[in-house]
Amino acid sequence: MTQPIFTAKALTKAYGLGELQVNALNHVDLEIAEREVVVLLGPSGSGKTTLLNIMGGLDHPTSGRLFFRDLELTRLNDRDLTNYRRRYIGFVFQFYNLVPSLTAYENVALVTEISDRPMRPDEALSLVGLEARMHNFPAQLSGGEQQRVAIARAIAKRPAVLLCDEPTGALDSKTGIRVIEALLGINRQLGTTTVIITHNASIQEVADRVLFFADGRISRIQQNETRREAATLSW
Amino acid sequence: MSALDIKLFRDVRRLWAQVLAIALVIGGGVATLVLAVGSHRSLEETRIAYYERYAFADVFAVVKRAPKALASQIAQIPGVAAVDTRIARLALLDIPGFAEPAAGQFVSLPDVGEPLLNRLYVRAGRLPEPGRAEEVVVNESFAQAHGFAPGGRFSAILNGKKRELVIVGTALSPEFIYTVGPGDLMPDDRRYAIVWMSEKALASVYDLDGAFSSVFVKLQRDASEREVISRLDALLDGYGGQAAFGRKDQTSHAWLDHELDMLNNMSRTLPPIFLLVSAFLVNLTLTRLVALEREQIGLMKALGYRDGAVVLHYLKFVALIVLIGIVIGSFVGTWLGLRVTGLFGDFFHFPFLVFARAPDLYVIAGALSAAAAFVGAIRALLDVVRLPPAIAMQPPAPPSFHRLVPASIALERFVSQPTLMMLRNISRHPIRATFTTLGMALATAILVVSLFLRDTMEQLIDVTYFLADRQHATVSFNEKRNENVVTQLARLPGVLATEPFREVPVRIRHGTIERRIMISGRPPDTDLRRIIDVDLRPVVLPSTGLAISGWLGKILGVQAGDWVEVDLLEGARRTVTLPVLALVEDYFGIRGMMDLGALTRLMRDTPVVSSVNLSLDDNKREEFYAAVKAMPTVSGVALQRTSLANFREAVALIVTTMASIYTGLAAVIAFGVVYNNARISLSERARELASLRVLGFTRGEVLRILLLELAILTLVAQPPGWVMGYGLGWIMKTNLAGEIMRVRGVIEHPTYVAASAIVVLAAIASAFIIRERINQLDLVTVLKTRD
Repeated sequence: MTQPIFTAKALTKAYGLGELQVNALNHVDLEIAEREVVVLLGPSGSGKTTLLNIMGGLDHPTSGRLFFRDLELTRLNDRDLTNYRRRYIGFVFQFYNLVPSLTAYENVALVTEISDRPMRPDEALSLVGLEARMHNFPAQLSGGEQQRVAIARAIAKRPAVLLCDEPTGALDSKTGIRVIEALLGINRQLGTTTVIITHNASIQEVADRVLFFADGRISRIQQNETRREAATLSW
Repeated sequence: MSALDIKLFRDVRRLWAQVLAIALVIGGGVATLVLAVGSHRSLEETRIAYYERYAFADVFAVVKRAPKALASQIAQIPGVAAVDTRIARLALLDIPGFAEPAAGQFVSLPDVGEPLLNRLYVRAGRLPEPGRAEEVVVNESFAQAHGFAPGGRFSAILNGKKRELVIVGTALSPEFIYTVGPGDLMPDDRRYAIVWMSEKALASVYDLDGAFSSVFVKLQRDASEREVISRLDALLDGYGGQAAFGRKDQTSHAWLDHELDMLNNMSRTLPPIFLLVSAFLVNLTLTRLVALEREQIGLMKALGYRDGAVVLHYLKFVALIVLIGIVIGSFVGTWLGLRVTGLFGDFFHFPFLVFARAPDLYVIAGALSAAAAFVGAIRALLDVVRLPPAIAMQPPAPPSFHRLVPASIALERFVSQPTLMMLRNISRHPIRATFTTLGMALATAILVVSLFLRDTMEQLIDVTYFLADRQHATVSFNEKRNENVVTQLARLPGVLATEPFREVPVRIRHGTIERRIMISGRPPDTDLRRIIDVDLRPVVLPSTGLAISGWLGKILGVQAGDWVEVDLLEGARRTVTLPVLALVEDYFGIRGMMDLGALTRLMRDTPVVSSVNLSLDDNKREEFYAAVKAMPTVSGVALQRTSLANFREAVALIVTTMASIYTGLAAVIAFGVVYNNARISLSERARELASLRVLGFTRGEVLRILLLELAILTLVAQPPGWVMGYGLGWIMKTNLAGEIMRVRGVIEHPTYVAASAIVVLAAIASAFIIRERINQLDLVTVLKTRD
């Protein structure tokens, strides 16, 4: 394994107090390598999203330490976390979270405008095969197309890491596969470290590694010798 | 343009109905201020310019007859800049085809050149030629009231002789902007005229060659009016002069001043209230509107936008709404302001209008609205921006609801689940519910205070015309007459009862405060013109001592039982000390009243009469008019019924015009509030309501859940709205009160009903719009996506 891009040490996130306290994340230790594709699998409430949110600087852990390369994220304040997200992280959400009042192109521009060395929005959109639908509003796009706009938006700033929370969760299988194809294509072309949360066990085969979550811990790690092509998937 | 700015404009377009509703609330506040203050300033500046250009005098005095040579002595009084003299006499007019008696103030015009002071603005025709006794110029409003143009004819009884007159021109004068005939309360353009005539002609009619009967003085800039008046009085004393007076006591000026004052007081009272209410409502609305943007704010943060950038984005959104509001408000306010200025300018017969530009108003109104909106938005933004983006992007966690009553009391048995939802929703957000209620209560309150003016005017009419001054007519005389005149009048056809009274001009003083008033002496058992106390009961005048207007008591700081100093400005000219025995409830002017016998004793002369109140037989009015017109000693006849009609036309014009405009703006604000409230509730609860639809609730049932809350809050808001409206009405009443006119704070029940009805109608209209929205609710999308 090459030099890790993320290093987590005893990372814990607790909600509530006293008797009602729930550990969404319970002393998780983890390393993720540069350019790696990691899939997080596990039932609802097992801690996947919490980990992803903390890695993305969207949330603070209760205890433990998390490093992005040499940068200790757990020591950053909100302002620095915002800068961190701005420079390094791209997000893809289950429900796309596009701004409904902006076209596909403008949704991507929303990010490129605040990035240091972004691609052009149309370039990002062509990477996900949407160059023809640039000027459509989210409401005029199918679910898969909306998700691909979200991916284009996430990668347009050439992030080091792409964090995807159930990117295919709201999509049918054919559309889902196109989305996974897009994600893997980006990983290949740009070397973007990619972390994908999914409930869909079939997707695990496209990953370098699969982390199985249960009760806020990593219960098992599976190393794939070869990554399967997305096009050959089915579910 | 950046993607965020594009989002901004698209959001404004998407939320246009709400944006417009908020902008209307802001616009309502801004328009009121711009309209009220703008029109007042314009009228005020017009008056200043009018006075300036037509040399309106500062000090006025009337004498019986003084030699013209006295003018040069007056000019030497220190502080006097210019002096002008003239002849002025009251006379009865006989207008063809007009049965009611009319009176004219005949005023001389110099035979060479223009008057030095109180110059004329000739509207049509020309001035009379020197020495042509039949040629006259009349004031424009009188000419208009009778459809007179140059060439028109009427006659007048001048010095006991009927003369035919020809109108050669119509004119305006700063001295006669407001003209109130003898014995009358109100201006009456049909029954009172200003008639300008060649000095030579008028002098020969009244045998006043080389003499004058009134004098005007223009003061130097730093002169003391008091000083000049006392020196002038000393000079005029030997010529039957009544005390000289300043502009404050000049009828036209005082009335105009009062009308402008009312406008000014309204502009100082209502617009700030409107502006504050609209600011509060905008604050309330934007807080909730921004809170709805929670997920998008979370997303922007997740994408790497800094808090500052997010806040700035929404502040731009708010600024855009405020800007739209200010633009709407400024346009509407300016337009209404111009209309109102024009309306009043016509009413006052100003020869021209000066429109005051008031950039400061737009700035004040805009800044206040913007500040309120920004504070509201920032409050909500800070709440959301403080959240970590991961939390912000999720819908807010279900708020923890509580049972309204212990579980042992099964509330569900008494109310349906939807009602329970509504009740719990209100109790879950008590502060929001309170503020919403407060907002709607304020909407009701500003409606009450706008409508209240009408009630007040009706009450004033009731007391003045039906409780106090119940005479049908008041006949005034050229000079004081002995008591025989009463019997003479009693014998005229149609006269049922007579009540003589005598008026004496005085200066009344308590400590350092003094006022120039008339004391009217009345027979002990008056029944026509009665004196009413604060409890609206008729009072009998004490046989000694003085009764004064309650307002005068307040000015002088006098209670019943206190003593005041009185300078008698007629006859013996003594200064006496009199006890004030009663304070009287009256709404026009300030005055004193005494028993007629006591006044005669005080004046140390024989019983005389200056006017007589009459009760008339309605069937014999025509005969009475004809008979009284033939009496050479009569200078004017005031008719109560006409006076009432004129009152409604004159004073009520200002009040009701303004009240109607304010009511309209208040209604717009009320609608904006109610609509926004309902619309935001819908957004906040769209998912919940869509879920209910999925569960099988009908549209009607879902609508009921949403509207039930709106209905309850609207109804709960009414009583506090009435109370606040009453409070605002009281402030308004206090601000409107003055020496010329004042009102008693009265709010009739129908006013409360009307105010609430407007708010309820706004709620119903909003409900209809919301129903459309609920019908369009896309169940699947609402449940599936979080956009």
